[in-house]
Amino acid sequence: MGAVTWSDVFDFSDYGALLALVQNSLWAGALLGLVGGLVGVVVVARDLPFAVHGTAELSFAGGAGALLLGVDVVAGSLVGSVLAAVLFGVLGNRAREHNSAIGVLMPFGLGLGVLFLALYEGRAANKFGLLTGQIVAVDDPQLVSLAVIATVVLVALLVLWRPLLFASLDPEVAEARGVPVRLLSPVFMLLLGLSVAMSVQVVGALLVLALLVTPAAAALRVSASPYLVPVLSVLFAVVSVVGGTLLALGSSVPISPYVTTVSFLLYLGCRLVARLRRPPARAGAGPVAEPLTAA
Amino acid sequence: MSGAATPPALRLRGAELAHGAHRLWSGLDLDVAPGEFVAVLGANGAGKSSLLKVVLGQHALRAGTVEVAGRPARRGDRRIGYVPQQKGLDPATPLRARDFVRLGLDGHRWGPLLPSRRTGRRVDDVLAAVGATAYADEPVGRLSGGEQQRLRVAQSVVGEPDLLLADEPLLSLDPHHAAAVTALVDACRRRTGAAVLFVTHDVNPVLPYADRVLYLAGGRFRVGTPDEVMTSQTLSSLYGSPVQVLRSGGRVLVAGAAAPAEHPHAHEGVH
Repeated sequence: MGAVTWSDVFDFSDYGALLALVQNSLWAGALLGLVGGLVGVVVVARDLPFAVHGTAELSFAGGAGALLLGVDVVAGSLVGSVLAAVLFGVLGNRAREHNSAIGVLMPFGLGLGVLFLALYEGRAANKFGLLTGQIVAVDDPQLVSLAVIATVVLVALLVLWRPLLFASLDPEVAEARGVPVRLLSPVFMLLLGLSVAMSVQVVGALLVLALLVTPAAAALRVSASPYLVPVLSVLFAVVSVVGGTLLALGSSVPISPYVTTVSFLLYLGCRLVARLRRPPARAGAGPVAEPLTAA
Repeated sequence: MSGAATPPALRLRGAELAHGAHRLWSGLDLDVAPGEFVAVLGANGAGKSSLLKVVLGQHALRAGTVEVAGRPARRGDRRIGYVPQQKGLDPATPLRARDFVRLGLDGHRWGPLLPSRRTGRRVDDVLAAVGATAYADEPVGRLSGGEQQRLRVAQSVVGEPDLLLADEPLLSLDPHHAAAVTALVDACRRRTGAAVLFVTHDVNPVLPYADRVLYLAGGRFRVGTPDEVMTSQTLSSLYGSPVQVLRSGGRVLVAGAAAPAEHPHAHEGVH
């Protein structure tokens, strides 16, 4: 085999015709970016990236199981991720409390998924898609199901946003102020489960973090405003998915490397902006508590 | 609340608190008048922080009653302000100092967090009152521990509570910042007329401001002015063992009280 050349990977002829074909994918991507960008802000605030990864693996197992049984893959991955989210949710309020439980459940879910895929005798592209994402055009029923999930998550986030942010950033005071901190934890995990199931359909189980963590982490590099951070995070997530999809169109490579690369570059860019804006000298003000002085 | 007699900001009657079989204190009667500053002292595990959780409606009493400004204590009472222990906030917290303070006003309300001119003015006033205007737009997670604790005081009073609960707010602050934060709490209660229940293991920072002291030890308690309570005789009878209270240069030193490590319930307040 010779070296892979540019034209082996990219072929942008007939781009217009392709674009019409993947209109649904672009809509799905935009919805996913909207949901992922918002959910990501809370994921980072609650220090839950590991739970996202764990949920994605169980979502993969659910999807693979559905593939094997010949039932709807979206429904299967929904069942997997909601089950995972609820399990993680009842295991504890903060990340630290349930990280080891996630570490135990995650490989089990992944192994289960691999087993289901090994037993499945259908198209290999379907198998791979669940793990690494796909560019297979999203059909109308799939787009509708994604839109329904997205609406549920967005409406819930809109209603819960302020107390959820309060409870995530400062649980003790939030509880004293009457925020139902203990109730919000499993409710958010449920929303997270729904968002992960959506993301698995597009970027695949292994790369969900690129949509549910990276955009929010990037936004937090350049702003601390509670109004601007969600907006930037959504913007970065939408640009990553839609941009990644557009790039993947003319290529033989799956969608996920494009999405993850765009998202990663945005993150790097934000770090750079933060570095230029906040010279190290200013950071000397100290992000941590003062040292204890001996009395 | 206008009327003949303003109810006390806090009223405890025959209050008894227990964790399982372990009784922390009982028979506690206490009236805290509006604007009064009560320091809550005592060994670790004596039930100081648990008292605050009772007032916040997060812990039920085994016996007795607790009323906040005339109504039984309940969860999420907006007439209570709360200042927790100083704990560094994550540097990536998506809040500026002013947003952090604002959460004390309407952080519990459902719905999205949107800019608001009405809350903005109140937040500005409180920021000025605690001397935090200079860093109002800085990310709260990048401020120093002393600055963050100033903001926590601002956050607790922005809703103009009737009762301010402070749970070891000076912990991990150096003496300079501890003094500043205590003075701030005092200034805020004078400005708003809120009563203050101030839990601390060190009486000295609050000595200039405390009207009364509630000293909890060994299942018993003593209430009185600092001069009445902080004596060798009173504390010795509370602890049931010899305790020396030394006074020097306006500072009080308690010697011989049960060391925290010797106490079987050193993890009080961590639930």
